Amino acid sequence: MIAEAGLAALWLAASLALLQLALAAIGLAGGKSELLGAVRPVAVAQGVLTALAFALLIALFLRSDMSVLLVAANSHSMKPWLYKFAGTWGNHEGSMLLWVTVMGVAGAAVALFERALRRETHMATLGGQAAISLGFYAFLLFASNPFARIDPPAADGQGLNPLLQDPGLAFHPPTLYLGYVGLSVAFSFAVGALLTRQVDAAFARAMRPWVLGAWILLTLGITAGSYWAYYELGWGGWWFWDPVENASLMPWLAATALLHSVTVLATRDALRAWTVMLAVVAFSMSMVGTFLVRSGILTSVHAFAVDPERGTFILALLGIYIGGALALFGWRVGAVREGAPFELVSRETMLVVNNLLLSVILGLVLIGTLYPLLTEAFGHKVSVGAPYFDRIAGPIALALMIVMVLGPLTRWRRDRMREVARRVAVPAVVAGLVFLALAALAWGRIGILPFLGLVIALAVAVGSVAPLWRRNLRRTPLFTWGMVIAHLGCAVSLAGMACDSAFTVEKLVAARPGDTVETAGWTLRFKQILPMAGDNWTALQADMEASRDGGEPVLIHPQSRFFASPPTTTTEAALLTRWNGQLYVVLGQEADEGRWQLRIWWKPFVTLIWLGGFLIALGGALALVGRERRGWLLKWRARRALEAAA
Amino acid sequence: MRKMLIWLPLALFLGFFGLFASGLLRPDDRIISSKLVGKPLPAFALPAAASDRPPLASSQLATGKPRLLNIFASWCVPCAAEAPQLLALKQAGVEIDAIAIRDARPDVDAFLQRYGNPYSRIGLDARSEVQIAMGSSGVPESFIIDGKGRIAYQHVGDIREDDVPMILDRLRKAQ
Repeated sequence: MIAEAGLAALWLAASLALLQLALAAIGLAGGKSELLGAVRPVAVAQGVLTALAFALLIALFLRSDMSVLLVAANSHSMKPWLYKFAGTWGNHEGSMLLWVTVMGVAGAAVALFERALRRETHMATLGGQAAISLGFYAFLLFASNPFARIDPPAADGQGLNPLLQDPGLAFHPPTLYLGYVGLSVAFSFAVGALLTRQVDAAFARAMRPWVLGAWILLTLGITAGSYWAYYELGWGGWWFWDPVENASLMPWLAATALLHSVTVLATRDALRAWTVMLAVVAFSMSMVGTFLVRSGILTSVHAFAVDPERGTFILALLGIYIGGALALFGWRVGAVREGAPFELVSRETMLVVNNLLLSVILGLVLIGTLYPLLTEAFGHKVSVGAPYFDRIAGPIALALMIVMVLGPLTRWRRDRMREVARRVAVPAVVAGLVFLALAALAWGRIGILPFLGLVIALAVAVGSVAPLWRRNLRRTPLFTWGMVIAHLGCAVSLAGMACDSAFTVEKLVAARPGDTVETAGWTLRFKQILPMAGDNWTALQADMEASRDGGEPVLIHPQSRFFASPPTTTTEAALLTRWNGQLYVVLGQEADEGRWQLRIWWKPFVTLIWLGGFLIALGGALALVGRERRGWLLKWRARRALEAAA
Repeated sequence: MRKMLIWLPLALFLGFFGLFASGLLRPDDRIISSKLVGKPLPAFALPAAASDRPPLASSQLATGKPRLLNIFASWCVPCAAEAPQLLALKQAGVEIDAIAIRDARPDVDAFLQRYGNPYSRIGLDARSEVQIAMGSSGVPESFIIDGKGRIAYQHVGDIREDDVPMILDRLRKAQ
């Protein structure tokens, strides 16, 4: 019964989405504004129904109902409950249902809480949101029904991809998803504003919390994904430029640009057309990413749903929504007047430069990701690897970091070059001193990019806290703190990346139990190899003692795990975190009689990469809370003033 | 000029769209075929994988008569689906040997008990080393070995009912 109830809820929600679109369209285009009153309750009901459908799917997974095809194919009765739960979205159908659920709930939230938008734009936005949802409902109901039954029921399930059986990865995809879908709301706002020709500061203020929220979640999702790949795949790297990783990075780059341009629009009523364009691009990148991951047209180490038929469906959605929005943009944007003017030396200009640099990186990543597809169309097979991306995106990212110092230290609308130069003097002097110190110590011993990365990271660290200089810290608004912390996070991450690529020490040995291996100041004593058993895996585990510079030895246990269903071997690296870096040990195959391959890395300050990512997201969260609280306070004061006057 | 720029994003998008569509329409060529077809089998000697069948070595496969070498595992679902076709081939007089991948003897015994045993010899490849050396990338896979011990044909995936005549035909040609 649960599966049938879920399917019914899904059908009902889909019909409500159709009704929502029709009400908004007829109400706005036909001038029947009495219909518009029904749009909001319908949107709320739709959100509730999708949430119900998703909750029922979770229930099916938790109960291991093997008469449901999706559960039988992706779960196993022997699995720990957390992974049964995560199995709900660790597959194609479930994650698509999560997608419409988040869209439905977000639509309900827009219907209930949005106050800043004008009524027509609000209704057009809800209509747009319903139109996007409809495509995904159709996809679920006609091409990948998550509630389909099988007869006879399976005895036991197939299990979840063992790579996904990790707490980090159980919650990483939903985080990214929430981010993607948040961008769909921004997209709906942009479409709504284009339809009603009301692209202005009020529109930007309404859109900003959604962009900020989506961006925070994307940041967290990418950071968590990077750390997961680092410790689970066992190759010691934290970013592979894999198509699936790029699929999450591209929307983030677009959202970062959008976040900054929407602030310009909200504060200064400038960059109107550009902001709308970026909102369309950001959601397009989410869809392109989804398409690349699901269709299997690019080969990836993460490939998990290779299915051209579903790819065709997503491609059709991509064509309708993105093509439609861009056509609407071309048709309507002429009617959007350019906003307020600004001078060449101004914060607006800095933000435009920031936007351009981000767009260039986005374009280069997109080209690199799609290049193999392009050459294959002409009959050659090539792959574009990390060297291309590092060499091409690295220098631009460093330039972007410099703009990041200049921007917050420049005034809105008009500033003087000399004043700006005076304000950036301290970071510039720091950069110079670091440059000289590093050059004296390490010139020629580390690569040019890591070298510049370290110099710029330290300058940015100083520059990003500079806006707090000589301010009353208690009275500094929360969103200023947010910006400072997010920018500081970028510096911290950059420092981590530069240290990792400049100073990592790697050693590969074949050792017998009883041997001692020395590398980078660490002494590893390889004690023994033992078999282990877990809930649904068996493993070979090495017992080792690691000690640094004669200090107290610590036990570490790198493992090589074997899952029976489906049969897969995974690497569980042993990580030893110290304040100044991480020791990373991987147990490889048995090399020959009694000797085991060991890969050992000492990675100085590598943890800064993810600490920085976390700081960036934290800064975003502070800015979001700060902006929202200020909005509420202003409204509250206005209401109090009205009451006092009455 | 500005008018043109406004339509540029749409034009770019249409380009990408066409690229994606062509990528999807292109036939899939992800089947990994062995580089060893037409070449001699790599040398190996494997221990026995089942209680009532002898072990398998590459030297035993050059007997002057073409044979089928099936790569399977007791944990592999398509291998169970393939079992009836292998029994039919055995009935037709084909000699079939097997390599069990990453398996354990009790599991192999149970598998053969349940799905039938068409094999003359079964070798155990506990760490997929022979499998990799032969250029096989998954289970099940089948190789036709001609009388001189060379790989004449590689069949990736399970042998279905309609594949049986084709396999018999290829065995005859490998004579």
